[in-house]
Amino acid sequence: MHMMYFTEQPMSAYDEQAGLDFGATALNFSNSHYNSIEGSRLYNEYLEEYILAEECGTDGIMLNEHHNAPFCMQARTNMFASILAAVTKRVKIVILGNPLPLTENPVQLAEELAMIDMISKGRLVSGFVRGGGQEQLANGVNPAFNRERFMEAHDLIQKTWTQPGPFRWEGTHYQQRVVNPWALPLQKPYPRVWIPGVLSKETVIWTAQQRYPYIALNTSIAATKLIHETYDKAALDVGYTAGPENFGYLIRVHVQDTEEKALENARQFMWMQGEFTGLANPVWANPAGYFSPSGRRAFVEFSTGRAKNPRGNPTFEQQVADTMIVAGTPSQVIERLKYIVENTRPGIMAIWANDGNVSKQDRRRCIQLLCGEVMPAIKEFGASLGLNDPWEANAPVHLRYSTDLIGQKVAAE
Amino acid sequence: MSVVWAEMVKEIAGIKLHASRAGSGKTVLVLHHDIGTVDRLPFYDALAEKFDVIIPHHPGWGKSERPGWTRHPRDIAAIYAWLLADLGLTGVSLVGLGFGGWIAAEMSSLAPEAYARLVLVGAMGIKPPEGDIADQAIVSYIDYPSSGFHDPAAFAAVYGDVSTDQLEAWDIAREMCFRNAWKPYMYSQTLPHLLGGVRSPALVIWGDDDRIVPLSAGHAYAKALRDATLTTIPECGHFAEMEKPDAVAKLTADFLSQ
Repeated sequence: MHMMYFTEQPMSAYDEQAGLDFGATALNFSNSHYNSIEGSRLYNEYLEEYILAEECGTDGIMLNEHHNAPFCMQARTNMFASILAAVTKRVKIVILGNPLPLTENPVQLAEELAMIDMISKGRLVSGFVRGGGQEQLANGVNPAFNRERFMEAHDLIQKTWTQPGPFRWEGTHYQQRVVNPWALPLQKPYPRVWIPGVLSKETVIWTAQQRYPYIALNTSIAATKLIHETYDKAALDVGYTAGPENFGYLIRVHVQDTEEKALENARQFMWMQGEFTGLANPVWANPAGYFSPSGRRAFVEFSTGRAKNPRGNPTFEQQVADTMIVAGTPSQVIERLKYIVENTRPGIMAIWANDGNVSKQDRRRCIQLLCGEVMPAIKEFGASLGLNDPWEANAPVHLRYSTDLIGQKVAAE
Repeated sequence: MSVVWAEMVKEIAGIKLHASRAGSGKTVLVLHHDIGTVDRLPFYDALAEKFDVIIPHHPGWGKSERPGWTRHPRDIAAIYAWLLADLGLTGVSLVGLGFGGWIAAEMSSLAPEAYARLVLVGAMGIKPPEGDIADQAIVSYIDYPSSGFHDPAAFAAVYGDVSTDQLEAWDIAREMCFRNAWKPYMYSQTLPHLLGGVRSPALVIWGDDDRIVPLSAGHAYAKALRDATLTTIPECGHFAEMEKPDAVAKLTADFLSQ
């Protein structure tokens, strides 16, 4: 099992009352409330904490990006990935992920990722995402073409990494007449690609069709099982049987020496008023055209207050009871995580460990206990259940490199 | 006098285009707003009492099928030129409402002598010299249309307790706006340079409290077109033909009858 450390890199030094007064903490919440001195301090602290996580034994460091909001300080995931490529030695640098539709130049993204892979000596995992609705609006990108741009940018990057240049790309959303970057990934055929997600069935199916692992982001155990069913079926349709190496699971966990302190700090997972990405107008998170047409009716009802949020608005206590948040001493956390692992059977596990206003001292203690005590125990437990990660399973990077497809006689390449 | 509307569907550019038609006399093509249109409005009936009125649903809006390929209101303008050709109509007048005004302006600029008269009501399509066109992407489904009325009661009179079907239609309309006019948002950088060729006499009508397209755009249209007059309607928002149907219908009908 691959286990990795994750934090949203919260911009914890913002004026919470200002956000409450404005009624939103995303997209249009003014950056006049941004404090660059505190930003500088936090960036450097978070960097030190990634290094600590490596020292304490994590397999990987998971990175992401968001825009225009205090809940995440990373505006460009490739920035931290580049830094970690140089300052870490062993951990996988797991970008989950680059929001492909935001780029106007997928070839440049392919170049940047190739550079990160070479500088890190082959430690990059290059996840891709569609990016939330707010990310489209924050970057002036048309939400109506989000999925089309995601798929086309992926195909162009994949071709850039695997087909000798120069070649020409004349697509619907991208046209590049000379594709021939002099920077190619160290890992062949190309770095592993993992796809994180929450609820989009279309993305689960597309991911299974590529044979990329799907990382469920803190979904309930029941919802996670449905994701597996959808993925399994789509995998069988293209000729392979999905295993634990095809699934990842992200869960919010906070560990301290005492249960009391762990629970107190874990409450910070609710710091964005219980929303993952901050308080927002629903149409910012799901601008027209971004969402699946099948969800249109339910969404317009929810967004105008006629229906409840399908995710609900569970309390902290409820989320702890439902194992959506895990907090406690190492032994308590290990026990809860074993239950989750048994029920979700991931080959990849991401631990979102520190959020909101947890003190520097407590963040570091959490990382020590998590990476030093919890992760080894869960990895051992995962091994006993046969939960192999993609490397242990020697899984192909993409479906096209499969040698075990049902009815397949010769590998494609 | 009661107006009888007929529905028609035309195969154009690979899609089924829906339109309503009523009345007789000179033909007037009415192009609806970015939020789509309800089927019947007092303004439409008033025009149909004096003219042969055709009201298409823009491609992808309402009952018209979505073309996956349109990227600009100029594409929609070409679809309507095709529609008029298929119907064998020439010398038609255009009435463009808001976003539909942009399409009408594009049609006119591409065929400067083709249209008898041009009426633009709160038209989008050119960058307002002062202020910006309101961004519907960041406001809720009901807030956007209601912001286009000076008087909330006028919004309620048209939409009542907004139905879920209507909300869904607004979401689809919004998506089509994004597909056709995302960037720059709701205007063309080239259209202003092409309006000077238009021979059709034009009437530019603006609600004096248009919070969606600033009145400065109305002045810009009136200046760019060869033969245009700007008239403002007091205590009226962007959706002028819905908020002040009698006033807009009278101005329009008088102008088109000349």
